[in-house]
Amino acid sequence: MTKIESHIPQGPITDKWSKHKAEIKVVSPANKRKLDIIVVGTGLGGASAAATLGELGYNVKIFCISDSPRRAHSIAAQGGINAAKNYQNDNDSVFRLFYDTVKGGDYRAREANVYRLAEVSNNIIDQCVAQGVPFARDYGGLLANRSFGGAQVSRTFYARGQTGQQLLLGAYAALNRQIAKGSVKSYPRHEMLNLVMVDGKARGIIARNLVTGEIERYGAHAVVIATGGYGNVFFLSTNAMNSNGSAAWQCYKKGAMFANPCFTQIHPTCIPVHGDQQSKLTLMSESLRNDGRIWVPKKKEDVEKLRAKLKKASEIPEEDRDYYLERRYPAFGNLVPRDVASRAAKERCDAGFGVNETGLAVFLDFKTAIERLGKNVIKDRYGNLFQMYEKITDVNPYEEPMMIYPAVHYTMGGIWVDYNLMTTIPGLYAIGEANFSDHGANRLGASALMQGLADGYFVLPYTIGDYLSHEIQTPKIKTDTPEFDAAEKEVRDRIAKLFSINGKQTVDELHKKLGHIMWENVGMARSKESLEKAIVEIRKVREEFWKDVKVPGKNEEFNQELEKALRLADFLEEGELMARDGLQRNESCGGHFRIEYQTPDGEAQRDDENFAFVAIWEYQGEGKEPVMHKEPLTFEAIKVAQRNYKD
Amino acid sequence: MNFKLKIWRQPDAKSKGRFETYEVTDISADTSFLEMLDILNNKLIHEGKDPVAFDHDCREGICGMCSLHINGEAHGPDTEITTCQLHMRKFHDGDTITIEPWRSAAFPVIKDLVVERSAFDKILQAGGFISVNTGGVPDGNTIPISHDDAEESMDAAACIGCGACVATCKNGSAMLFVAARVSSLAKLPQGKVETLRRANAMISKMDELGFGNCTNTRACEAECPKAISISHIARLNRKFLISRFKN
Repeated sequence: MTKIESHIPQGPITDKWSKHKAEIKVVSPANKRKLDIIVVGTGLGGASAAATLGELGYNVKIFCISDSPRRAHSIAAQGGINAAKNYQNDNDSVFRLFYDTVKGGDYRAREANVYRLAEVSNNIIDQCVAQGVPFARDYGGLLANRSFGGAQVSRTFYARGQTGQQLLLGAYAALNRQIAKGSVKSYPRHEMLNLVMVDGKARGIIARNLVTGEIERYGAHAVVIATGGYGNVFFLSTNAMNSNGSAAWQCYKKGAMFANPCFTQIHPTCIPVHGDQQSKLTLMSESLRNDGRIWVPKKKEDVEKLRAKLKKASEIPEEDRDYYLERRYPAFGNLVPRDVASRAAKERCDAGFGVNETGLAVFLDFKTAIERLGKNVIKDRYGNLFQMYEKITDVNPYEEPMMIYPAVHYTMGGIWVDYNLMTTIPGLYAIGEANFSDHGANRLGASALMQGLADGYFVLPYTIGDYLSHEIQTPKIKTDTPEFDAAEKEVRDRIAKLFSINGKQTVDELHKKLGHIMWENVGMARSKESLEKAIVEIRKVREEFWKDVKVPGKNEEFNQELEKALRLADFLEEGELMARDGLQRNESCGGHFRIEYQTPDGEAQRDDENFAFVAIWEYQGEGKEPVMHKEPLTFEAIKVAQRNYKD
Repeated sequence: MNFKLKIWRQPDAKSKGRFETYEVTDISADTSFLEMLDILNNKLIHEGKDPVAFDHDCREGICGMCSLHINGEAHGPDTEITTCQLHMRKFHDGDTITIEPWRSAAFPVIKDLVVERSAFDKILQAGGFISVNTGGVPDGNTIPISHDDAEESMDAAACIGCGACVATCKNGSAMLFVAARVSSLAKLPQGKVETLRRANAMISKMDELGFGNCTNTRACEAECPKAISISHIARLNRKFLISRFKN
């Protein structure tokens, strides 16, 4: 396949990015003014990219589904952002951050991209400080750090439990400055519903104005997808309600290949499900594992008393508590990576030690930390998280331990991109969570913010110039062409079809069915059997959807049910591809745990000989099976080993 | 639990709105307020009626997308939370609950409970930033910032831009929103450089967009889901006066 060329520069890993930057072309300021770029999505990736491209002099249009770019779900990231500053003098370095990230991803990420990510991580911190991000400071006035899972150094920068919010407000401010200058035009409450291709290149999008329902056309010399992940396939996840995979999926159906769709992150510390009226799950930051200790009772009789509310957690003596992460992983303890912590919680709950009525919860306890540091220090560090927990559960976590359980949080898989972040469609780029490249089979905490901003501030603005340097002769993209006509017609037909069904089930009811299938069969533990079953069952729900969904109202109005229906239609296809990808990957790695492939002590058993590759799926058309291609993963700078967090 | 809901219905910006009454039954006390509205909407769709439009997204109190005046209070009866964090255990079985959109001239209704808040974006575009481009900035530790200044800046930066302050203010003033941004940046050396220009530009834009004046009633502070203090307004006023004086 000639289409799949990763364009990884030659030479030692430490020199690749510098060498590449020196070799790629740039566009002169006079020509930048003639070039249009569309950015879809306003999270950390989209906002930082649009602001930076605007500063460089391109004409940028940015689209978001919310009423303001500041609502993007990056805002909800709590714990922090990694960088290899080594401010703590604990022997951190670019290489160590790179190594931890590749190892944390269970050796399924592209080495060259990860090294570049670690390399630019320090620039991100400087940039954010210059923008006025109020990072936490020590009393001497210097930047403070904390620890996160999968690392033995303190390299995480943070702004209380609202780091994502503060970083996004920084990027949003930079974006606002460009909007005021006129270099970026903002389209809030607009949703991309189709990609427009002209002569094999990405040349524009079809978007729906969510207020009026108008279907609008926008042309550009390049299109950047920054629309995040597809975790809401599961219905219940920590993603925001409106987060969706549709823009990426429409690109897939136009020829942008999709990589590693089965790699989903199940985050270990979320507030447990309370009942079937629940609409979403709430994350409790991983930073809590700095000071919180995770445990379940050793004795079944204590478990039963807890469930019957005859006993409180605080009444169970130390000797009857099983701090299972500290027991199983002495070297990393409570700070093992997310996939490991999630599976360990599931293992204890499956063994019958889950501590709430549903049996699906473990304790996250601050007792030891409060005794050691005092309540005020804990309040200073995690006050807003403790408040959030209490508001949701009505339990005071200063007195009784929190109850937590794993939940879907992030998707490592995404649109396949080369080293330049370009997809298999020329002129179409994917950045942030929307692409697949940096986190392998498991993302480390505080690395999503790092990647979004690395791509948007420091990678894409360079690499997109190389492509656009060949487009300086291309005039403005006209939108009154047959290609735009056809793309718009596809959208109008899809919408008309949805209204025509007028069935008996609501979008949410069908989405819950899909979510249930995904969680049971494509969730924390998967098997050949469960994945095959999922494919059959997802198809059934998809058929049901197209026969029986009820979408009220009309297109030409503010219609949230229509928005949800369009997104669910895509989730129903994405879910199947996730199961299909999980089925071909006959190994366990990171967040992808196939029960057939585990070590004697229950750890993920990788198969490097047969599965050290990126699975890249190519769409073949409606009703046809997609074709899988492989990008082999080679590791030159790192020795591949079984992940060990024990010693 | 069972509830009677009086909800503001308005098909679009041009039409006149009115209250409609609905009933919801078998709601768990652990259900969130917005989940209760989801349940209502599901029922309405089955009955062939138009579901109630309301803004929401993260459902964990940080994106600022949700709004709602509930029984006359922005974000409902609980304190220091957004509507999405409000749970039905804060109400009594059988209660009648009145639900309205934000009411402010600067936030026109789009549909039912959804309002247009792009005026906030416009205020920030007028000056709510530090004028630096990507790249070419000094190391993050070059300028030490005292722990207390960083914390105070963070207190102000916690604003989620939901608009509760404007909706609560009898004058429809956006002073708390503007002050939070100006104050957050003014507390940091890198933001101080442009403070006067920023304060002037943002306040001028606020006036231009039809927001009212601040008369220090402190209603905004009481309803702010992030407990942002009106002391920031005092700081803003000082900066604004200096900037006008200099001009």
